[in-house]
Amino acid sequence: MKGSIALHWRRIPERYRLEGTHCETCDSYYFPARRICRKCRRKGRIVPYKFSGKGRIYSLTEIHSAPEGLEDQIPYVLAVVELEEGARCTAQIVDVRKKDIKIGDGVEMVFRVVQREDPEGLISYGFKFRKLH
Amino acid sequence: MRQVAIIGVGMTRFGEHWDKGFRDLVTEAGLNALKDAGLSGNEISAGYVGTMAPGSLIGQEHAGALIADYMGLNPVPITRVEGACASGALALRQGIMAVASGIHDIVVIGGVEKMNDLGTAAVSRILGGAGDQEWELFLGATFPGLYALMAKRHMHEYGTTEEMLASAAVKNHKHGAKNPYAQFQKEITMETVLNSKMVADPLKMFDCSPITDGAAALVLAPVETAESYSKKPIELLATDQATDTLALHDRSSLTGIKAAEIASKAAYKKTGLGPKDIQVAEVHDCFTIAEIMAIEDLGFFKKGEGGKATLEGRTTFGGDVVINTSGGLKAAGHPVGATGVKQAVEITWQLRGEAEGRQVKDVEVGLTHNVGGSGATAVVHLYRRL
Repeated sequence: MKGSIALHWRRIPERYRLEGTHCETCDSYYFPARRICRKCRRKGRIVPYKFSGKGRIYSLTEIHSAPEGLEDQIPYVLAVVELEEGARCTAQIVDVRKKDIKIGDGVEMVFRVVQREDPEGLISYGFKFRKLH
Repeated sequence: MRQVAIIGVGMTRFGEHWDKGFRDLVTEAGLNALKDAGLSGNEISAGYVGTMAPGSLIGQEHAGALIADYMGLNPVPITRVEGACASGALALRQGIMAVASGIHDIVVIGGVEKMNDLGTAAVSRILGGAGDQEWELFLGATFPGLYALMAKRHMHEYGTTEEMLASAAVKNHKHGAKNPYAQFQKEITMETVLNSKMVADPLKMFDCSPITDGAAALVLAPVETAESYSKKPIELLATDQATDTLALHDRSSLTGIKAAEIASKAAYKKTGLGPKDIQVAEVHDCFTIAEIMAIEDLGFFKKGEGGKATLEGRTTFGGDVVINTSGGLKAAGHPVGATGVKQAVEITWQLRGEAEGRQVKDVEVGLTHNVGGSGATAVVHLYRRL
């Protein structure tokens, strides 16, 4: 995702601080933020919610063939993380080798560089996760 | 509502067509389909074309107008339909609805993608647009990566093995070797798959479908006039589509494509048919795990037993149901927008008894299953000889 700075800037609350939403009607948690509850639709009462950043590995893989912008990071562990509030997200798992992490392991959010466009281009920051010991 | 039939089919060979562009491919497939239906072109009242990303792949939007122009069909209305890798089946579905409603009589359907004018990294980025760009791809996911996350969960919950996954690729190459339109007409061994380069654990190079150029086309007519055009018209019994969340992580389960299960159940309910009534199916095996999940989602095998069934040969000739006689996306190739239409072309050949070298015996009912992205769109069609 190259190009516009605004495209990255408008996602700062979610990417830097895991700010999503919570539906007070059905107690569902959403990350990233959603304005319409998937269960209650228009009857949902959606309020902002900052996630704790703690969660568990729901599924994981190791990426060997990287997309543009992440070539310098391969191989890296990529996971679906189930946050403790119940929402799930896709994220890289850092500071660990594939053989040392498995489905069910506890993880916590860390703040890292996500992508660099090129040596003189935009550096994008955001969340990744690391294993809890 | 009128019943709808396929009265003609055609396609290009799938592969790397360095000498042919987007418009060359789609006109070649279109002409083959018109010839097969015995039409001059004057009979056509509308068209729908499935293509995922010509704007990114070759810088060309407005594909409907381009195709109407180069098919010599102006002023016939042709409309582009997009649903990522399910664009082809969606175009077919739009055509069926147009004929069924009585708005149009003879409708041409195309599917096309020209992918090899860019390098692999650029094509991978463009295909990534089928997922959630902001919350999957930006954070490091790739398409093989998303399907790998499903594979790992399937292995975790059901004990599916890398050999079971590989057996789908081996079987599809065996089928593709008999299909003159396939990109890879060559058999491979289990060792070839297991020893190929790792892409996204546990998926290796030979678990993945290739980058392909190609086009497929077919012609639809109302059932009541179909026999005046074709000796062997094929009736479309059901067209069903379902959606799910764009991002994989938002789904309740990662071990199946729920939209495909919902679409197939709707098609079965409407027709009174079930998986046991189907002898041949083309399913969306963009990765080997996708075929394992497909045969479970469609009800051919119980959840968790698709891998074992594939390894045991129950999805090839002589098995319970023959899956992907064309070679599937793995061996026949995957020109994204063309795939859904190619599946319908292959099933038409099977039902007419014209799939030389790969013909399934005593075919009564066929099924196609086309999936967009990691499962946010799924389209199922059922077919029978008229």
